[in-house]
Amino acid sequence: MRAYLIRRLLLIIPTLFMLSLLVFFSLRFMPGDVIDVMMVEAIGRSGSSLDIDREAFEERLGLDVPAYVQYGRWLEGIFLHGTLGESLQQGWTVEDKMIGRLPVTIELGALAIIIGLVIALPVGIYSAMRQDTAADYIGRTIAIIGMATPNFWLAIMVMIYPAIWWGWSPPIEVIPFTEDPLGNLGVFIIPSIILGTAMSAGTMRLMRTVMLEVLRQDYVRTAWAKGLKERVVIMRHVVKNTLIPVVTLIGAQMPLMVGGSVILENIFALPGIGRLFLVALNNRDYPVVQGINLFLSIIVMLNILLIDMIYPYLDPRVRYK
Amino acid sequence: MSDTTAILPAKSAPKRRGKLAGFFIRLVKEKPLGTVCGIIVVLLIFVGIFADALAPYPYEETHLVDRMQGPSTQYLMGTDQLGRDLFSRIIYGTRISLLVGLAVTTISITISTLIGGASGFLGGKFDLIVQRICDAWNCFPYLLILLTVMSIVGRGLTQIILVMGIAGGLGGSRVIRGAVFAIKENVYFEAAESVGSSKWHTFAQHVIPNVMPIIIIGFSMSVGGVILALASLSFLGFGLPPGMPDWGGLLSMEGRKYMEMAPWLALWPGLALTMVVYCLNMFGDALRDLLDPRLRGGVGRYGAAKKGKTGILARLMSGIRAIKPLPIRKGG
Repeated sequence: MRAYLIRRLLLIIPTLFMLSLLVFFSLRFMPGDVIDVMMVEAIGRSGSSLDIDREAFEERLGLDVPAYVQYGRWLEGIFLHGTLGESLQQGWTVEDKMIGRLPVTIELGALAIIIGLVIALPVGIYSAMRQDTAADYIGRTIAIIGMATPNFWLAIMVMIYPAIWWGWSPPIEVIPFTEDPLGNLGVFIIPSIILGTAMSAGTMRLMRTVMLEVLRQDYVRTAWAKGLKERVVIMRHVVKNTLIPVVTLIGAQMPLMVGGSVILENIFALPGIGRLFLVALNNRDYPVVQGINLFLSIIVMLNILLIDMIYPYLDPRVRYK
Repeated sequence: MSDTTAILPAKSAPKRRGKLAGFFIRLVKEKPLGTVCGIIVVLLIFVGIFADALAPYPYEETHLVDRMQGPSTQYLMGTDQLGRDLFSRIIYGTRISLLVGLAVTTISITISTLIGGASGFLGGKFDLIVQRICDAWNCFPYLLILLTVMSIVGRGLTQIILVMGIAGGLGGSRVIRGAVFAIKENVYFEAAESVGSSKWHTFAQHVIPNVMPIIIIGFSMSVGGVILALASLSFLGFGLPPGMPDWGGLLSMEGRKYMEMAPWLALWPGLALTMVVYCLNMFGDALRDLLDPRLRGGVGRYGAAKKGKTGILARLMSGIRAIKPLPIRKGG
């Protein structure tokens, strides 16, 4: 058990190394004309005179040295100076830009997870309890339709139809939670519901599958035979034992959620990391793109690590040697 | 079709036909909804192939007099801000979506099979290194990779097929690797090795045929996801060039300002997307239930957990992360 945990922790090192290589080199196949575009964008935005020549610009980007030296400098910046690099918009470092955006993304993600679970768990449980009944079919059909519906389309529908029918459109200006908690929730609730329903479909299907498996266990039959009420059997003996794989699925959905938040933050104009990412991508501000890629990948990695580490504690049946 | 079977040697023809026919009978009997969805998918493939004949207008033909018209008999789904017929554009969008979906899945399954197969089959150091790369790759959120690389290589059909194919291929290799590991435990595999069959021969004769169901299932399950991902990319402006009538592009930001006045512009492409992905997923589910040897037989899905290795595989397929530690122990 301890050996497993140590091995799992040590595995972070090669994964982190590979991750940094991936993030770094995914941006290194830039054709020359992209650098021209970047230069024009950067000059245009900073408003400075056009005296920056290409060589100076490449030097500022650090493109004047071979790729492995650039990679070394990038790592040096992260480890020795604690910086992810400098945005092409002068005077900003990547982490400056990211920190302010983080709370929005976290709030969106957390709300989406909660809403996803609130929808998925009861439906999944009921669906398994009444297997092959009309309610089961309806629940499953809706879940599969939910998986097939693109979340950006749902978001557009929410933006357009209420506006046409009732002249109402979702609020888009973010109010700090400390000032007006309700107003703040009002802004986040619709994107969170859309993101949450997208995730709930998979959770619901897994919940149902695992529950059907657990319902056929001997200890459940024993519980029934003891004459326990259905509520007790389901909640204490069945649901408790299904939650472990379901919890892990939430972790596995992290990359999906990151993608979803990029899309929804852009539609609803929420100033989160996802919006920063797309704006940086449109402005060809690649140092920012690189920083966000690394940051979010590490978050996903830590999340996977956390699940792997706590899993044996959650489920005593899993034995690690 | 019947002509070709007649030419085949008499010895193998009846057996082969019987197996396929049996499969279709089971499909229709056991999975009626999956069958209906399968038929819709086949129909849509034909719609894609014969888009030129089916679409009432060329997709870029503008009718400036009839801009932003609601659905009518002349324009079944209405027209957009340039007076282009939305119905025709959606028909051409079917072609693009299915083309990209099938091409990307073919590329990614091939890559997955090669990488996962080699990794599982060879094991040892090679496997260890490949697995670390896959570990890292799986941490990098899919949409971020696609957006980043697409912004560098530029929008285009070839670019998107290659980028999505390679990205999906690396991500999907885990499942194949796990399956190969399970196959290596089998007696027929040991027998093949003990009679001195070459590595390549063992791989081609024993490993590949036995991962085939997983490859087919993986294929049918992932086309829908690819189409959704393509739509997301085009929607964000990093997929196909604006002129191409793909469904995500039809919903993109550029068209947004007209949608409040002409909501059908938003409605139809989204419905088309949902329907296609729904049908592909249902058909994929049905195929999986019928083809997956681990879900066959009386115990079905519920027996899977008790079967040790195969149970673990079944869980891997359904995406539970719980069994993750096992490959690590085996690899290291």
